[in-house]
Amino acid sequence: MAKVLMKGNEAIGEAAIKAGCLNYFAYPITPQTEVAEYLCRRLPEENGVFLQAESEVAASYMLFGAAGAGERVFTTSSSPGISLMGEAISYMAGAQLPAVLVNIMRGGPGLGGILPAQGDYFQATKGGGHGDYRLLTLAPASVQEAVEMVMEAFTLAEKYRNPVMILGDGMLGQMMEPVEFPEGLTTAPSNKDEWATNGMGNRNSNKPNIVKSLFLTDTDLNENNLVLKAKYEEMKKHEIRYESYNTDGDYQLLLVSFGMMSRICKSAIDDLKEEGIEIGLIRPQTLFPFPDEAIRQAVDKPSCKSALSVELNMGQMVEDVERCVHGKRPVSWFGTAGGVIPTPEEVVAEIKRVLG
Amino acid sequence: MQSEIMFAGFGGQGILLMGEILAQAALKEGKEVAWIPSYGPEMRGGTAYCTVVISDRPIGSPVIKNPKHLLAMNRPSLEKFAPTVKPGGIILINSSLIPIESGRDDVDQIKINATGLANELGNVRIANVIALSAFVARSKLVDFESAQEAVKNKLAKKKKLIPLNLEAMEKGKELALNQ
Repeated sequence: MAKVLMKGNEAIGEAAIKAGCLNYFAYPITPQTEVAEYLCRRLPEENGVFLQAESEVAASYMLFGAAGAGERVFTTSSSPGISLMGEAISYMAGAQLPAVLVNIMRGGPGLGGILPAQGDYFQATKGGGHGDYRLLTLAPASVQEAVEMVMEAFTLAEKYRNPVMILGDGMLGQMMEPVEFPEGLTTAPSNKDEWATNGMGNRNSNKPNIVKSLFLTDTDLNENNLVLKAKYEEMKKHEIRYESYNTDGDYQLLLVSFGMMSRICKSAIDDLKEEGIEIGLIRPQTLFPFPDEAIRQAVDKPSCKSALSVELNMGQMVEDVERCVHGKRPVSWFGTAGGVIPTPEEVVAEIKRVLG
Repeated sequence: MQSEIMFAGFGGQGILLMGEILAQAALKEGKEVAWIPSYGPEMRGGTAYCTVVISDRPIGSPVIKNPKHLLAMNRPSLEKFAPTVKPGGIILINSSLIPIESGRDDVDQIKINATGLANELGNVRIANVIALSAFVARSKLVDFESAQEAVKNKLAKKKKLIPLNLEAMEKGKELALNQ
């Protein structure tokens, strides 16, 4: 298939259809509304369900319900909307239901603004909803990667029976880039007979399936938490993804940056290379599980004097970078929020300041 | 080689579309492209702008503060963005609506009577295509034929508008090459 020029938001919508997801529940919010706009036209063509809910809270529980019935489900929103979905996300994690959620982040806190930001790193990777759960979190840095990650997210959600979050920002949603759609996945969740409440007549087992996140006895709830914990440990073993950039040579400093911000960092690295200054970059593609070992090893290189986390927020991922580096090198943060996007020149200036 | 082109004007002048047509033409030629709009809290009749990056390598930052070229379709856009253009770039001025100059002597300034000419052709909405064609002819960033193809593809569902658009493109090209 030839490359087509598509807006990130529209490509994300098409990717979900290509992945065999025909159930979309959402509530409009800038800067991701084009996903809904695109799917309200496309899903009826595929005999799918497009439902604009009365609120994000409702949309997220529609996700819960349809996922519980064994359907492949999808929603998209932006920061404040994802906050409203926090409760249902926690319930889905507790009840072990697969779902794919996309957060095209805008600036916060509160109603904030509508311009690109990465202020929901903590929300996606450390909780957001209540209780002990994790979201497998993917962070695309191009429209093409967004398409591939959305498609893969459905497989991962079903493999782990856990919600998967795609964390993009307003830039990714609004920009147009060439994309090529990979072959589609199969429609039916392969393991749904193990958990879906889709009627005894629809599966080859006499075991009744129960979808719930309520475990009133302490031992039962502890048991459920241990099951979840075991899954998160499996994700850490098998699902860590990252990209290394300019890390073969002797770089003086390691940048860590995700999503669209990482591309600005790459431009800064290329500019510094022309001046004879070598800088490496690790771009986490999964934010949970985080590429701990890759960052640890990259920082351990003798030439590397320190690490710098560059984010469109006031310093969130830097805490994970500090955890990985574990005091072996100085770690600092550089960033902006509210929709202010640093230029490559500003990143270059900060790198030079850190190098001293 | 990377070029960044900023398109700016009033909402309703087809600014985002100009950028998209150029991006489609570049994509057709196998180049890397990124198109990014302004999507701030704007209102109807307010300013609209977009940036297109065309490169022969994967594109790093799609957010550009200093574009190589500027197509200014109204006066506020020229005043705001002319100082940001890199030396040696092109500044195209829609002279029908902009009575002033760019004030830059280190760029290739071209003045195109795009809105006036569009009115003469019977459709003011075609001013964007006239300006874009003038820019393509002058900059040679993409082949003129690729731009024509991109316009035709965009109008695939409104085929009756194609002859008018192609005529507008020829006018734009002629104006740009005769300056």
